[in-house]
Amino acid sequence: MAAYSIPSTCSNSKNLGDTSQGKKKKLQMTKLRQRRVLPGFGLTMGYTVLYLSLIVLVPLVALFLRAAGLGWSEFWEAATSPRVLASYRLTFSTALIAAIINAVFGFLVAWTLVRYRFPGRRMMDAMVDLPFALPTAVSGIALTAVYSQNGWIGQYLEPLGVKVAFTPLGIIVAMTFIGLPFVVRTLQPAIADLEREAEEAAASLGASRWQTFIKVIVPSVLPALLTGFALSLARAIGEYGSVVFISGNMPMRTEITSLLIISKLEQYDYAGAAAVAVMMLVVSFALLLAINLVQRLSGRRYQGGV
Amino acid sequence: MLTRFSLSALLVAALAITTGCQPSSTSSGSSASIRTTDSSDSVAGPVTLLNVSYDPTRELYSDFNKEFIKYWKEKTNQDVTIEQSHGGAGKQARAVIDGLKADVVTLALAYDMDEIAQRTDLFPVDWQSRLPNRSAPYTSTIVFLVRKGNPKGIKDWDDLIKPGIEVITPNPKTSGGARYNYLAAWGYAQRQNGGDEAKTKEFIAKLFKNVPVLDSGARGSTTTFVQRGIGDVLLAWENEALLAIDELGAGEVEIVVPSVSILAEPPVTVVDKNAASHGALKVANAYLQYLYAPKGQRLAAKHYYRPQQPEHADSADINRFPELELFSVYDEFGGWQEAQRKHFADGGVFDSIYLLQ
Repeated sequence: MAAYSIPSTCSNSKNLGDTSQGKKKKLQMTKLRQRRVLPGFGLTMGYTVLYLSLIVLVPLVALFLRAAGLGWSEFWEAATSPRVLASYRLTFSTALIAAIINAVFGFLVAWTLVRYRFPGRRMMDAMVDLPFALPTAVSGIALTAVYSQNGWIGQYLEPLGVKVAFTPLGIIVAMTFIGLPFVVRTLQPAIADLEREAEEAAASLGASRWQTFIKVIVPSVLPALLTGFALSLARAIGEYGSVVFISGNMPMRTEITSLLIISKLEQYDYAGAAAVAVMMLVVSFALLLAINLVQRLSGRRYQGGV
Repeated sequence: MLTRFSLSALLVAALAITTGCQPSSTSSGSSASIRTTDSSDSVAGPVTLLNVSYDPTRELYSDFNKEFIKYWKEKTNQDVTIEQSHGGAGKQARAVIDGLKADVVTLALAYDMDEIAQRTDLFPVDWQSRLPNRSAPYTSTIVFLVRKGNPKGIKDWDDLIKPGIEVITPNPKTSGGARYNYLAAWGYAQRQNGGDEAKTKEFIAKLFKNVPVLDSGARGSTTTFVQRGIGDVLLAWENEALLAIDELGAGEVEIVVPSVSILAEPPVTVVDKNAASHGALKVANAYLQYLYAPKGQRLAAKHYYRPQQPEHADSADINRFPELELFSVYDEFGGWQEAQRKHFADGGVFDSIYLLQ
């Protein structure tokens, strides 16, 4: 819980600190305040805190309290048994790979949808949202149907020795599927905002296509790309419904962490389930924080340049 | 935006149809409420019962509820509405523990009921002695489902551990029903090995080495076996196997009955505290007792469960249940608590099979 409240209060107090720094700034603030059309900071902030507390913080606190019911050694034992460790390795590595795949190909999809006009574009655009709309169990069953040994695609991969369903590869496929919309939808506005003049200027200054891409386009969409990447990663780490159908759930090999949590709940081991969940949450939070940091650094680096 | 949504909806529908899958799977925690009748005004005030059950009883209770409503109206002139909630047994039990206002629970195994009794004061811990037959009005067992013509010649449990045989079963840690599969195999091996537990463990380890996929629930395993065409044999509850054959037609799969198997006893009980809180205790008790009445027994047999009193059932239905030696969890394993602790708890026998590999 502490980990969760610190960042929000931190940035909050920083803002307050900034405003009370100098008289000049204070003056600016009051000027700003007078110009606001909608009711201001107090009301919205109050609502934000209440809303976030009810929706996010309270359940998380409950989770941490459940886990706190265990002693430290019990907690550690529940959260780091060999099977659980194997599931962390599997979950985080497959989620990372899926998020990277999404970052690359999601970029491509977003680029195509924004930059080009072609018949069926709207249809394609709508298709991007499908992974959001489908119940995850349905996507899991559908993907398994396609990629299992007698499925549409699986039957052609099988003779090549490529097994997708019921292997870690299948888990990556499912995670990629559910994470795609995050990257595409966060990148689309960023790509639409790109100024073509900048690309033309780069070209006229003698930049190759590759240089234009790497030095002009990527830096300006990088923050959006990182956001999409982070969202897709977070979603993949927590995914349960679609993955359990395609993973095969073999202990030590294809068991994702969420499945172990469910299997602990099935034994009414609420505290043990909470312990694993807390561990997962802490690692995910650290990952997201790190991505956020990279994002901020990259933003700062290129702000001066562009 | 609007067009995008309608397009999405269209595509979802198309996808759902082409893949032939149902969104109500065991893992999505779907619990549908079905309002069976409209209540009209009557002398005694109308009452509503919530029956929290597990997945495969859906068809049984939708039939049974209609009969009970008719019976209760004739007997007491009171209108009763019965709502059904179905889902994975463990999930349903947790929902009741967390406050779902069930008036009766009808689950797959006594272990989940014990947990409700121990973790809440909703009904007494000796609930199981309140109704006949350890509170199981109908039973079932574990059988094998094999491909048409039984190409691998599977006849009994020891055929399942042969190299090259693929066995499909859900994960006993996440599926209550699958614990019966595991215990059935254990009981067979104990008999073969004259009670030598080390040898039995070896048998179980070999069996699970032949399992390529451990789905999280029974319906998932059925899909894997029937739709995906994976595996040579599916371990299934007899009632589910019979239902699968009826729905698929007898063209694709067939049932093999092993020499010995486990007696599956899905228990029922009244959630006293919830029922009493809205004056439904009497009707809730009558509801469960009616399951033991000739009508209830007949319907159980119709929906592929073995009735406790076969004489009340249609003989055509009874003929679907072959005779075989059955052992119960209570005689063989000392009850569910003991079986759970020894075999399925973290660090139990089932875990050790996989950690040793």
